[in-house]
Amino acid sequence: MGNWIINNGLTAFILVVWMGINIFLFVWFYLFYDLGPQFFYTRHLLGSALAWARAPAAVLNFNCLLILLPVCRNLLSLIRGSFVCCGRTMRKQLDNNLSFHKLVAYMIALMTAVHMIAHLLNVEWYNNSRQGVYDALSTALSNLEDAGNTTYLNPIRITNLDPQQIPTYFVFTTIAGLTGVIITLALILIITSSMEVIRRSYFEVFWYTHHLFIIFFAGLVFHGAGRIVRSQTTTDPPHNFTFCKDRIEDWGRIPQCPVPQFAGGFPQTWMWVIGPMVLYLCERLLRFIRYVQTVRYRRIVMRPSKVLELQLQKNGFKMEVGQYVFLNCPAISQLEWHPFTMTSAPEEDFFSVHIRSAGDWTDKLIDIMQKLPEGAQGPKMGVDGPFGTASEDVFDYEVAMLVGAGIGVTPFASILKSIWYKFKESNPKLRTRKIYFYWLCRETHAFEWFADLLQVLESEMEERGMGDFLTYKLYLTRWDQSMADHAKVHSDEDKDVVTGLRQKTYYGRPAWDKEFEQVRKENPTSVVGTFLCGPEALAEVLLKKCAKYSDVDPRKTKFYFNKENF
Amino acid sequence: MGKIEWAMWANEQALASGLILLTGGIVGVAGQFRGWQFAAYAVAAGVFVCLLEYPRSKRSKGTSVERTGQYCFTVCVKSFGPLTRNYYVRAFLHAAICVPGGFMLATVLGCVCLGIASIIYFVAAIRGEHWEPILPRKESRMPVAESIKNPPQNPPPRPPAETRRKRVDDLEDAAYDNPISVTDN
Repeated sequence: MGNWIINNGLTAFILVVWMGINIFLFVWFYLFYDLGPQFFYTRHLLGSALAWARAPAAVLNFNCLLILLPVCRNLLSLIRGSFVCCGRTMRKQLDNNLSFHKLVAYMIALMTAVHMIAHLLNVEWYNNSRQGVYDALSTALSNLEDAGNTTYLNPIRITNLDPQQIPTYFVFTTIAGLTGVIITLALILIITSSMEVIRRSYFEVFWYTHHLFIIFFAGLVFHGAGRIVRSQTTTDPPHNFTFCKDRIEDWGRIPQCPVPQFAGGFPQTWMWVIGPMVLYLCERLLRFIRYVQTVRYRRIVMRPSKVLELQLQKNGFKMEVGQYVFLNCPAISQLEWHPFTMTSAPEEDFFSVHIRSAGDWTDKLIDIMQKLPEGAQGPKMGVDGPFGTASEDVFDYEVAMLVGAGIGVTPFASILKSIWYKFKESNPKLRTRKIYFYWLCRETHAFEWFADLLQVLESEMEERGMGDFLTYKLYLTRWDQSMADHAKVHSDEDKDVVTGLRQKTYYGRPAWDKEFEQVRKENPTSVVGTFLCGPEALAEVLLKKCAKYSDVDPRKTKFYFNKENF
Repeated sequence: MGKIEWAMWANEQALASGLILLTGGIVGVAGQFRGWQFAAYAVAAGVFVCLLEYPRSKRSKGTSVERTGQYCFTVCVKSFGPLTRNYYVRAFLHAAICVPGGFMLATVLGCVCLGIASIIYFVAAIRGEHWEPILPRKESRMPVAESIKNPPQNPPPRPPAETRRKRVDDLEDAAYDNPISVTDN
């Protein structure tokens, strides 16, 4: 339980605050419209549907403000940089930005539905009032029009059309109605193309359709310009509705009841959304500026199994361990930006990415690079970033257990290199004395480059007599009989038959109990930090083991679990 | 954008449109709007579209993800054969279904959304896509080899006791080395 609070407490708190604001806005504006005296006559025509339409509108204003903020990744990076003092948990919240974006989107969808249904009722009842179907007061109110010394209350002015078609006609000939339909349509298209199935497999459809948000916000800002939600204004002498509502014939004839005057509310949505719209514009501008900056290729290497390593340099580029960048190659696609975790350490004077063949874009990139002559510069590349949590906590622990599963091993390339550089320079920030690295994968295809890295580190450590600094174990979780036979036959050899590394490959999944026992035995008094980049199921297993093997006695071994989303 | 299967998006859009038609219809009927008959139609049409669109098609490339509990719907939809398999039919069907929704405000949005879904299905049909049911794969068991049923009756042949005797004086040339001494009986 304590662990849950530490890991998720701040997230839960933020969600509670957000939901609280939503509920507050809803209730406040509901009561404002349902109880406010200036809406008495409006309510006579519409009942509580008025409040039911206006309350979600307020919640929509708030959420449309919020929805643009989590996707300003450069802004978020800026905030994260300035939060270095304020603790890791705060910075970690900024990495859940996409989840928050989706949550806000769900709320927008829900409130749009409520808002729309309430307005359907409103339009129908306005129409009925105008047709004279209801009581005399409603008819009298609806007859008021914008002429001479009267102002209208009922926005439906037309009567000489088929009454069934008047609502549709009204919606399509008023600013509010037309913008409402257009932006709801845009919202529906955005939502259907953002479903997980579409997003994961056909990213372009998702990305291009998502740009309908421009139409959404444009329409949203003008949605209230028609000012058709009307309230009663103060007249001189005042029109007391309690007294005058039953004296319709006397309106304008007796001093206590002048003809009631109405006016629409000042449109407010633009006040809510203009800030985030400007911020988002700056964000896109910044991405464009970064894209235009020159990126030089230091080295282009084709690794085995169709993995491309790019070593790039960019002025003023500063990275931390475990961060990622977005790459854009106009020669392949003008608009596509793809994320890649960086595999170089901050101590190096370049940054590198290892790109695996995994789809259209990567295949074309590898193709272009393979056709390049020796030593030539590659195609123009735009780089945005770096983004992501800096995993600097790794350096704080005396003993580190690093677990990388599958593609999750990539950030550890950066981490391991950085640890080694820091060790060689005797960097005081590095407290690590011992590393246990567990590499789990189904097959080593596409990760031979990582095996090479481990080999290099291994030999450098041997040279310095530091063979014990790094202990690594590779687990091949998918194996068949022929692989096992092959391993058996070569079991006497010094180097592993699969990877060429000194430490042998294990088959199957690690027995975590044994591993934790071993770490505890070899480090009886240390604080051990466990870092995982891999699937959720594994995170739960490791969390349990950390709890199980940690000793209450502060002098004995303690395990702390960190799941990083690299 | 080469590998997009438009039908996947058309399916999501059509399912959403069905729900919107249904909601608009319910509001129209419950609120006793003018033209509530169109709303009642929209309720029926909405339900029909949802039932038709709920089972996802199998993708021609890549893993298909089923919607929860879609198997029964898959079987129903599959039984209509070419009517549901062909996306031209679906495109025209949706275009036809959506028209009456345009006669009343409450159902207009459902009408337009379904119209858009119809257009996307039309594009999918032009590109040659069609609906494939996602059916559970039958696990084919390897047939049990005949030899398993007839274990051997006799022990394997061994050389006579003479040669089996442990030749302690000549271990190098012995056929094999018995840990227990063998006596000939």
